[in-house]
Amino acid sequence: MNMYRPWYQIAAFYAMVGVLVIISIFPFYYAIITSFKEGTALFEVSYLPADITLENYRNVFSTGNFIRNIFNSVLVATLVVLLSLLMAVTAAYALSRVRFRGRSALLLTILSVSMFPQISVLAGLFELIRAFGAYNTIWALVFSYTIFSLPFTVWVLTTFMRELPVEIEEAAIVDGATPWQIITKVFMPLLWPALVTTGLLAFIGAWNEFLFALTFVISDSTRTVPVAIALLSGSSIYEIPWGSIMAAAVVVTVPLVILVIVFQRKIVAGLTAGGVKG
Amino acid sequence: MTQVRLSGIQKDFGKTPCIKNLNLEIKSGEFMVFVGPSGCGKSTMLRLIAGLEQVTAGTIHFDEEQVERLSPSNRKIAMVFQSYALYPHMKVFENIAFGLKLAGGGDEVKDKVMEVARMLQIEELLERLPKQLSGGQRQRVAIGRALVREPRVFLLDEPLSNLDASLRVETRLEIAKLHHKLKETTMVYVTHDQIEAMTLADRICVLRDGIIEQVGTPAELYEKPETLFVARFIGSPTMNTLGGEHAAKFDAKTIGIRPEDLEVAPADATSSSWEGKVIHIENIGSDVYVYADIKAEHPLLLRQGKMVGQKIGDDVRIMRQPGATVHRFDADGKSIGPAQTD
Repeated sequence: MNMYRPWYQIAAFYAMVGVLVIISIFPFYYAIITSFKEGTALFEVSYLPADITLENYRNVFSTGNFIRNIFNSVLVATLVVLLSLLMAVTAAYALSRVRFRGRSALLLTILSVSMFPQISVLAGLFELIRAFGAYNTIWALVFSYTIFSLPFTVWVLTTFMRELPVEIEEAAIVDGATPWQIITKVFMPLLWPALVTTGLLAFIGAWNEFLFALTFVISDSTRTVPVAIALLSGSSIYEIPWGSIMAAAVVVTVPLVILVIVFQRKIVAGLTAGGVKG
Repeated sequence: MTQVRLSGIQKDFGKTPCIKNLNLEIKSGEFMVFVGPSGCGKSTMLRLIAGLEQVTAGTIHFDEEQVERLSPSNRKIAMVFQSYALYPHMKVFENIAFGLKLAGGGDEVKDKVMEVARMLQIEELLERLPKQLSGGQRQRVAIGRALVREPRVFLLDEPLSNLDASLRVETRLEIAKLHHKLKETTMVYVTHDQIEAMTLADRICVLRDGIIEQVGTPAELYEKPETLFVARFIGSPTMNTLGGEHAAKFDAKTIGIRPEDLEVAPADATSSSWEGKVIHIENIGSDVYVYADIKAEHPLLLRQGKMVGQKIGDDVRIMRQPGATVHRFDADGKSIGPAQTD
């Protein structure tokens, strides 16, 4: 980019960047400033924070089971990440390295599973969960989220594992490593960026999921955050507590933002590692 | 001290046969080189011995032990891969120690690694990652990783092909030295480069299309090739081969003469074997290669010690040097012994 460009091209470029940033940031920004408003101020349109109050945050944490809900969300999302990575890494090893009949058919089936909309499997999944006796427990959510995150995780990791040189694996075999040792001691360290990326996406998926969380869990203490926020109620059924809803939304977004910032470098490495040889 | 015996080895990939009924005995402590053009099955042979591929039929014995169903680690082999295949996330020390640690080695692991590092002169590299090493250094680490396990059979799959020309010669020498140091260890080495084969091997096994063409010492292969293929494959520059009436004079379908067995006849010579025109001259300093068109399929190549008087386009008379061998082959390319020369 050492070409000389006239000022108006540069200006146009940054104007476009500005528009994009504003469009993507604005809803979140509005949620944040709304969360600091109170009473009738909530219903006045203003774009700059004024009269900052923490009342909404106090409300969210003091009423109901919000802390418990956050804990549930963290627990569910973490379990989903661990379970899907464990299964996906082992499955990806088999799908990318073990020769067996029907391997590509299996891969395509896995991909097609992820094409079904959640609502179409809701009834069947509900029956399954009832049959397991998992209804109204966090296991119902862990189970259903894992099902939905696995196809993506397996596909991404399979692609990554195929890129790893076969000779490294063979060297490990000659060194006397078992398949499990090959996966944990040789492949996992090499797959870190991919693991972080897919794990994070699985985490975000589980963290934000609403439909299953609403359907499979009935009691307030087992709920996860998205449902809890939606069901926040005001002092009367005619009042929607926008302030508290916004405050809660901000609270549950912060962990995701922190996670993404922490793993940012790894994510970029993970998304590009397939294309560029290291 | 392990003797390797391959009997009736067959290997098919799907329906395609790759190795066809191969029998070979590799002596204990021998440096055996598998050589052949690409696709001849030489790498597959190595992988069968290693246990990275399973034989379709046949048996492999290490001494008296039948091993063809054992895993590579149970066969106690070690292998150096073409791309080195070092573990990129481990330091050199860990790369070398990995196999020993997996086998549950304790305190002696460090000593063994240090000993191998000293032998290969890579002690100062132990704390580096593979990506911080040059090609030659990676090569040494890969050899070190294989040696540290004190293998019964040491397998090398084209270990020099990723190095540049000058480093290749240097490393070739290192490997030859290594073999002298480790007289006890049986080594099997795969290459497509006949010079590597000639310089390193105790015995060479020439493969073509999954079949052994000839097994023998470098000198045997050079002096008494059993087939036309071996005659052409071994030796640089390639042996001259002539068919038709040139060969008929010697009662053969094809005859072969090494370029160094021919010379340009002096002007006052009374007889000559062939007459033709010089079409090209290459002077590489130590040798001069003269290409002469004698109206055969290929021009005849002569290797001269010094520059010749002729220029391109001049007539030239060619004679065989005293004691030159004329290799004779039948219609199937099998040797029918050298011609009785005058």
